[in-house]
Amino acid sequence: MATRNPPVPTAGAPAPTSGAPRDAYVIGGNRIPFARAGGKYSRASNQEMFTAALEGLVARYGLQGERLGEVVGGAVLKHARDFNLVRESVLGSSLSAQTPAYDLQQACATGLEAAIAVSNKIRLGQVESGVAGGSDTVSDAPIAVSEGLRRALLEASHAKTFGARVKAFGSVRPSDLAPLTPSTDEPRTGLSMGEHQAITTARWGITREAQDALALASHEHLAAAWDAGFFDDLVTPHRGLVRDQNLRADSSLEKLARLKPVYGKRLGGSPDDSGHRDGPEPTMTAGNSTPLTDGASTVLLGSREWASERNLPLLARVVDAETAAVDYVHGHEGLLMAPAHAVPRLLARNGLMLGDLDFYEIHEAFASTVLTTLAAWEDDEYCRTELGLDGRLGSIDRGRLNVTGSSLAAGHPFAATGGRIVATAAKLVARKAAETGGTTRALISVCAAGGLGVAMILESVHSTDATA
Amino acid sequence: MTDSYVKAVNSGFTKTLAKKLGLPRPAVLRRFRAGDPLTVGPVLVLGGTPGVADDADRVADALLGWDLDVRQNADDSTRWGAIVVVLTEIARPEDASPTVLALAANLRRLAPNGRVVTISRAPADGDDPALAAAREGVDGFLRSVAKELRYGATGNGVQLVTSRDEVPVDAVSSLAALRFFLSARSAFVDGQVLRVGSPVADVGVAGAYWDRPLEGKVAVVTGAARGIGAQVARTLARDGARVVVVDVPAAGEQLTTVANEIGGTALQLDVTADDAGARILEHARARHGGLDVLIHNAGILRDKLLANMTADRWDAVIAVNLAAQVRISEHLLGASGFSAEPRIVSLASTSGIAGNRGQSNYAFSKAGVIGHTRAFAARLADLGGTANAVAPGFIETEMTASIPFVTREVARRVASLQQGGRPVDVAEAIAFLASPAATGVNGQVLRVCGQNLVGR
Repeated sequence: MATRNPPVPTAGAPAPTSGAPRDAYVIGGNRIPFARAGGKYSRASNQEMFTAALEGLVARYGLQGERLGEVVGGAVLKHARDFNLVRESVLGSSLSAQTPAYDLQQACATGLEAAIAVSNKIRLGQVESGVAGGSDTVSDAPIAVSEGLRRALLEASHAKTFGARVKAFGSVRPSDLAPLTPSTDEPRTGLSMGEHQAITTARWGITREAQDALALASHEHLAAAWDAGFFDDLVTPHRGLVRDQNLRADSSLEKLARLKPVYGKRLGGSPDDSGHRDGPEPTMTAGNSTPLTDGASTVLLGSREWASERNLPLLARVVDAETAAVDYVHGHEGLLMAPAHAVPRLLARNGLMLGDLDFYEIHEAFASTVLTTLAAWEDDEYCRTELGLDGRLGSIDRGRLNVTGSSLAAGHPFAATGGRIVATAAKLVARKAAETGGTTRALISVCAAGGLGVAMILESVHSTDATA
Repeated sequence: MTDSYVKAVNSGFTKTLAKKLGLPRPAVLRRFRAGDPLTVGPVLVLGGTPGVADDADRVADALLGWDLDVRQNADDSTRWGAIVVVLTEIARPEDASPTVLALAANLRRLAPNGRVVTISRAPADGDDPALAAAREGVDGFLRSVAKELRYGATGNGVQLVTSRDEVPVDAVSSLAALRFFLSARSAFVDGQVLRVGSPVADVGVAGAYWDRPLEGKVAVVTGAARGIGAQVARTLARDGARVVVVDVPAAGEQLTTVANEIGGTALQLDVTADDAGARILEHARARHGGLDVLIHNAGILRDKLLANMTADRWDAVIAVNLAAQVRISEHLLGASGFSAEPRIVSLASTSGIAGNRGQSNYAFSKAGVIGHTRAFAARLADLGGTANAVAPGFIETEMTASIPFVTREVARRVASLQQGGRPVDVAEAIAFLASPAATGVNGQVLRVCGQNLVGR
């Protein structure tokens, strides 16, 4: 049984504690560059992309023929034939074919939830190693038939006579013949995620300027990280794409300011004769919202012993994780506000204050998602009434937020985002700890459809034994 | 990337046609396959004096130890797989005559893909003029014989150095060089004379060694995503090495494929980065426990006539092909990064030896590789290691496939073997130089060019 790192006291906060029998560590990660929908991966399937991400991981860490404990991942937009997406990808990879796998899906939190699942099994001693990840393609999304046609087809397949088969199609209307493209609208509200977020944005009074500034920072940070070679050991090119296709290194506030709003246009009602609206001005544009994206990512996790036996590095320890959900249907909470709930619970359980983190990786579904979350934590009343805290959770040092860019710049292939962030955050804490010699922590939070939110804390491994 | 001409003149109707027309008919070269015999037939060892225990007998004894059918007396019927010509003991120009004429009498019965290997001594400072003349004469003789051979047969020479102390003909490196030239691994090496000095490290060579000479070694290959580099990685892995494959991040997709094929690890890295040496060393040490063999293969072409040369074209070629090699090697030597018996093999080119129109930048870089190889050789010898270079001639790769048809055809046929080589031919030469038994080969440039007409 492994010994955990000795707790390192830090100013202002007790060291995180965990009741787990042993620790799980992030060893490394690999993803393929993310492509804009209809771009470089327009003909790539989820299985192809996830296999490619897995193959790059195997090559980086010399895992050929290795029987891993498990590979866990999923896709949000998924074909029925991909019922065993991850296992099929494993079988197509250089890993041992005896590596088990299962699919998991939790909307945009799929990748992060997969990392929790794998690390928990490692902590329990059920597996020694595992890969967590996800893949998504909007370009190769499944297209379904209408409910009317689907029922007719099923009825016909069950029919015993020719006549019954013909009769089954009698109920099909011309409108039933139109194909159904997948929708990411919330099933219970019929509103798109953007429209939901527009409500939240307006409620918190997040300005267009603040959103554009965050989007610009995302592009600038991601471009700088690429230029500095930060992704040399996190990304493997695929289909000729070597960098994230959505990245606009030459973006500017002026360019972002010229974009027309796309969400929240109905909030203010129709403009009157003089063009005046009653409600708030719409602020969410294509520039400060994530684009539809294709891509896949993986994270390698393992126990200290497993990594040590294979001379693999330990980038970060998985400290703890928390998943929250909010009632955006009957209640008044915003659809993407669940991370605002998950994080304080996670911090409290680990005896940490919001300011104790060195890096904040807050998934940029929309620039305003990040900004409303931060605003909520700074709001005394919200924290007391909604989160049950004594007062405001606090502010973060914006210089520690998404320091190598996030989804606004990189793009957001739903299930692949968690793996991208975990690998990035693990590398960031390992690098900073190596520079400073102190304990370094990162907070990860990802919002998801259905009012879901997942948070995780990673902590650097003591510098004397960072390489197991 | 295949030479369809070679295929055409060796099969079916086109073979008959080519024969009738007297067209050049390059042979299909025999290349290494695990389990195949070392040579295509019995080996004839010529030289020495009957009844006297001399170098020829020592060579014959060593060959017998490799389970070969070895003869020291010619007959009129045997088709020879190889003829080893031992000329180490000649002292005057006249002394070569009996051995040379014995070779002449047997040359027509050299089998296709057969081998002629001369073993001689290198001239040294202070040699008696007659001795120097005799020894130097072997060089020109061997190169001419190689040009007369047909059907995929090659001629190469092992030249034992005499300056420090006399290298025995059956020293480990002498025999390793002989074995390389006899084998199918040297398929595209032709007309070359390789200098073999005293072993700089004590290496034991026995039993299964020849199958997996790099067992337990850690090798780094730069530019390993495709072409020659990828094949070098495969060949070193076949010979037992754990291989770190390095290439620029943009080539990561192909690099992944190579790494996963050979069970190596992929390191996405631009060799021109200031910290490239440190990152290579850190990866090799952390993941594989050390670094034994470094292959400087990464290289680029930016051809332009000098009159049209631009700074970016010149500078990029020098940075990647030459300066990066020097910087990385310096780092490894400075950081005591190497394990015991370190090996460096760098990619030079026949362009760097003979020059090539439109390639002034490339030729500068490749001649420069030869320069630093000689300079590093002395420093590595102190550590029990070696630094050598391999100079490929025309090799069939994606890179050379882009050369215009006529130029490409000429480049292929001007070699004695009348064809281009394959990446594996370069890889085999590199694997040989990286192998422990090649410890006596240091500061050398081995051409893999099918005896191309250009240069020496």
